[in-house]
Amino acid sequence: MFADIWLVTNKDLRIEWRSRVTLSQVAPFALTVLVLFGFALDANPEVLTAATSGLFWLTVLFVAVVAVQRSTAIETADGARRALLLAGIEPSSVFVGKALAIAVQILGVEVLMVGGVLLFYDATVESLPLLLATCAVATLAIAASGTLLGALVAGVRARETVLPILLLPLLAPVLIAASRAFDDALGVLAVDGWAWLGLLAGFGIVNALLGMLAYGPLLEET
Amino acid sequence: MSIVALRDAVVLLGRFPALSGVDLEVDAAEVVLLQGPNGAGKSTLLRFCAGLLRPHSGSAVVLGHDLRESRPAVRRSVGLLGHDTALYDDLTVTENLQFLARASRIEIEAVGSALNRLGVSARLHDVVVGQLSAGQRRRVALAGVALRRPELWLLDEPHAGLDQGGRDLVDGLVADAAADGATVLVASHELDRTLELATRRVTVVGGTITTDVVDAASVTDPPVQSKQES
Amino acid sequence: MSADAVNTGSRTTRLLGAAVLIGVLALILLGFFGAPEDDEQRDAVRMIFVHLPSAFGIYAAMATTAVGSVMWLWKRSRWWDIVAHSSAEIGVIFCGLTLFTGSVWGRPTWNTYWDWGDVRLVTTLILFLMLVGYLALRSAGGDENAMATRAAVVGLLAAVNVPIINRSVEWWSNRTLHQKSSLTDGNLEDLTLFTLFVGIVVWALFFVWAMIHRFRIGWLEHQLRDIDLETALIQRRAEAATESSGEESR
Repeated sequence: MFADIWLVTNKDLRIEWRSRVTLSQVAPFALTVLVLFGFALDANPEVLTAATSGLFWLTVLFVAVVAVQRSTAIETADGARRALLLAGIEPSSVFVGKALAIAVQILGVEVLMVGGVLLFYDATVESLPLLLATCAVATLAIAASGTLLGALVAGVRARETVLPILLLPLLAPVLIAASRAFDDALGVLAVDGWAWLGLLAGFGIVNALLGMLAYGPLLEET
Repeated sequence: MSIVALRDAVVLLGRFPALSGVDLEVDAAEVVLLQGPNGAGKSTLLRFCAGLLRPHSGSAVVLGHDLRESRPAVRRSVGLLGHDTALYDDLTVTENLQFLARASRIEIEAVGSALNRLGVSARLHDVVVGQLSAGQRRRVALAGVALRRPELWLLDEPHAGLDQGGRDLVDGLVADAAADGATVLVASHELDRTLELATRRVTVVGGTITTDVVDAASVTDPPVQSKQES
Repeated sequence: MSADAVNTGSRTTRLLGAAVLIGVLALILLGFFGAPEDDEQRDAVRMIFVHLPSAFGIYAAMATTAVGSVMWLWKRSRWWDIVAHSSAEIGVIFCGLTLFTGSVWGRPTWNTYWDWGDVRLVTTLILFLMLVGYLALRSAGGDENAMATRAAVVGLLAAVNVPIINRSVEWWSNRTLHQKSSLTDGNLEDLTLFTLFVGIVVWALFFVWAMIHRFRIGWLEHQLRDIDLETALIQRRAEAATESSGEESR
């Protein structure tokens, strides 16, 4: 099981490393969005500070949509899904493997974005552990839901548009919870960030379990 | 025991009955040539036997597994070469096959010999698949099938896009597989070539089988009894 | 096909429909003239006779869709697949009604059409978006079985996430304008409570009535596809009979 997961994660990350889609296109996209948000709100620095967490995680959601689309395209191009099915890897292992690969890529973009936020938005980190934990847990939750929906829309004709319609509302709790936890970590709001982290973890676990169960039937329908 | 046993099998692609009722029995070590016009359902028949499609009606047992319930078990023991090569463009030839080997629980050493068998030269091993020519790519895909040493080979136009040497390699591969006791289903337009290998010719038209001829000429030691000749 | 066969109505639905009509009339009479106005909310309180039953309707519809989704994934039962699809569509109507009546009621009561601080309103909005996504997916077309599986997973995702969404919005807003619980408040007048009860019963009847009709439409569509399939099979086999080579490729 763990060997299979690592096999899939390793494969997806290697493909990403070769094609550098995330690195050369998604990361610049994320930074551009952050900068544009800055322009839009800069007239009032207080608003910018108050909105930092929300903007950060909203941008992450956009990045996630792109990353999931890319991850789905890897398997749909040239019938590679068929090879996965024929090889007989447990679908749940494929699910976890692909989700981890997406998570690693999103985390990479987040590191850049944290730098951008500190630089452009004049944010300060009050609690580094909370910041890191939020990034890790929220990203895993996003990757799990994204991987599931990515497989779900893989055979749909208008999958580029259907994916965000399904994924973004589903991730609303992540946007809320991760933003609040960040508010605490950046010292913007006096809230209990760790409690929010618990909620994020709950969301992640529930959707990852559903993903592991549903991935097989979805893979079968192609 | 029959390797493939289909009775009035109907398979839908969306709402289109790609297979409209197929009756087919194939025994071990047979080499069956599937012929028929474009859109007859040959490719669907191969994908169906690979356990990739669900039967809509009728009964279908492949390698002793019912295709209604245990398609995963079928998939593990077949090798399918489709129209697409099912390779990752951004991985090298070796990486692609090593991934397949690991995923299929086959020892990694088999990769090198499979590539040799298909005449993929060593200088191509570390080339990204996206940069290969169509013929080279097809050879790598065939190596991916050979690697699995499947009990049932399902080859869809295996000669397409290959040069003379490649075609000979395919024929050799099929002959060896049959000699090892594996069963082979080949869909091909290259009648002159595949005829020599085939022990049986099956014509598919309109998603069903119209003629089924055991090729007496190429059957030397008959493991195959004469079947419904029409 | 006879006109009878394509009709989704029946004795039961006609009776149900009549009951819903009479019920709505009774609700209007009771709601506008029977129930007294509220001390604080004045006439605006009457909105609750539509608002609360609609909100209950969402949960009933979501639950039905969730059950239907599980049954499709488990038994591959077309019957349950159509049930899931039908109730999701009706759920969208209930969702829309809840949001509309909620914001209209909010205007005189909270002095705003929309309040991001209200947990149930925001939760309902997210649910509404998810249901819209569900229907968008359903309308994308393609293989019937594949679509049923996809939709079932989305239906389950939505249902499973309702408590999480609710909790997150609750913490996020940290202030609920919503009445704690309209039913157990105790200071509702008897007639108000009775009217509310009538509203819930009428909406429940409407749900059943709409479900039966929508389900029958779905079932007829399914049968139509079966008939189409029969024709397609005959045509496909005819290709074999003529055995003409060089057919259009598929």
